[in-house]
Amino acid sequence: MAATEQEILEGLGKIINEITGIPASEVTPEKSFVDDLDIDSLSMVEIAVAAQDEFGVEIPDDQLKNLKTVKDVLNFIQN
Amino acid sequence: MSANRVRVVVTGLGATTPVGGDVTSTWSALLAGQSGVKTITEDWVDTVPVKFAGTAAVDPAEVLPRPEARRLDRSEQFALVAAREAWQDAGAPGVAPERLGVVVSSGIGGINTTLSAYDTYKERGWNRLSPFTVPMLMPNGPAAWIGLDLGAQAGVHATVSACASGAEAIGYAMDMIRSGRADVVVAGGTEAAIHGLNVAAFAAARAMSTRNDDPAGASRPWDRERDGFVLGEGAGIIVLESEEHARARGARIYAYAAGVGYSADSHHITQPEPEGRGIIMAMTQALNDADIAGLDVKHVNAHATSTPAGDVVEVQAVAKAIGTHPLVTSTKSMTGHLLGGAGGIESVFTIKALQERIVPATINISDLDDGIEVEIVHGANRELPAGDIAAVNNSFGFGGHNATVVFQGA
Repeated sequence: MAATEQEILEGLGKIINEITGIPASEVTPEKSFVDDLDIDSLSMVEIAVAAQDEFGVEIPDDQLKNLKTVKDVLNFIQN
Repeated sequence: MSANRVRVVVTGLGATTPVGGDVTSTWSALLAGQSGVKTITEDWVDTVPVKFAGTAAVDPAEVLPRPEARRLDRSEQFALVAAREAWQDAGAPGVAPERLGVVVSSGIGGINTTLSAYDTYKERGWNRLSPFTVPMLMPNGPAAWIGLDLGAQAGVHATVSACASGAEAIGYAMDMIRSGRADVVVAGGTEAAIHGLNVAAFAAARAMSTRNDDPAGASRPWDRERDGFVLGEGAGIIVLESEEHARARGARIYAYAAGVGYSADSHHITQPEPEGRGIIMAMTQALNDADIAGLDVKHVNAHATSTPAGDVVEVQAVAKAIGTHPLVTSTKSMTGHLLGGAGGIESVFTIKALQERIVPATINISDLDDGIEVEIVHGANRELPAGDIAAVNNSFGFGGHNATVVFQGA
């Protein structure tokens, strides 16, 4: 991947802000989507669709349900 | 009308239209005779014979929070904006969720979403669709989102009857309150159908004006040179309430929603029945339902869409069902035709006319057509008399659906 972890985090922050209204600054690696950011499963689908466009990485449904934290998504996109 | 029947009152108004983003700005524009019809510049305009429309004065996506707006079809955005205005205008009534209902309709539903989602699906695959595609395109979506927003549990409905949809919604809401299912119902219509396919399809039906050199003059109900309707967009929503509930909370009462009448032409899928039998029946039933006489009706906000076939038939029917005395106007001369939204915004205008005792003039009439016996308000606005008067809103739809709602001054 060409993008650094910091670049991916910023991109993800922008996507999550666009979809949920949560400030991008609150999107930090340790945050849980459900427990900390209050993001529901359909919003996660929206985020995954937008992330595919932004980073060119397909996130299959069976993988998506395992991505619990922002860090999980960062790792998935980087690998 | 039985003496002990529940009476329904109007306590809140909301609208977003081609001439204003709320009721106040819209009503001022109508009284000033301003047209909201303008040349459009979308990329599809070169492929259709109609190059203008009544686009919304205020983009609803700019009014709503971004995360909310992106999950809503434009018809749902309009509906939520107007519903929130109406709800605040009514003083945000305290009502138990199981006594609160919603009836909000559109003629076509989320067609912009349907078409753009189809493009996404074809070009990029199913998994690039928003998970909200279905609730964006379903025609009950506007009602459902308003119901969620307000926590309504008494029933959330969407009556669909093309351009009569908004008026039918208000009638259905009145019946919900009268039958004891709800104390408060938010009702009206919304539409966001300014898209190349819709314009092409209505043009194919030879129903639209093609006065491309004069967009603001294109919607000209009852004028001899009228050549079809002008497509508009937006929403009109009202808060209906049982009189008892409204009085108990000290609400401001705009008007009584006194009666509703329905009929079906059973004549032709798009053409009006030339004798106006169906619309006479709807108006007569509405007056009976309101328990008033034709002479009590001083104003009619007509359906009159500026089509050669429909406008004169309607006012000839008004003369037969109500009389030649009411002051008749078509606000579509300024807003264009909002299809399923028409009954919503035009009910708002009928109620404002009763409240302020003034009828906005129909614009663009330079040569009144033959065969018209009623008083068409044009040239200048006209005052309505003081006292206990009623006004009527007519809405008719493709399919032969007719709906008439009667409002009475409070």
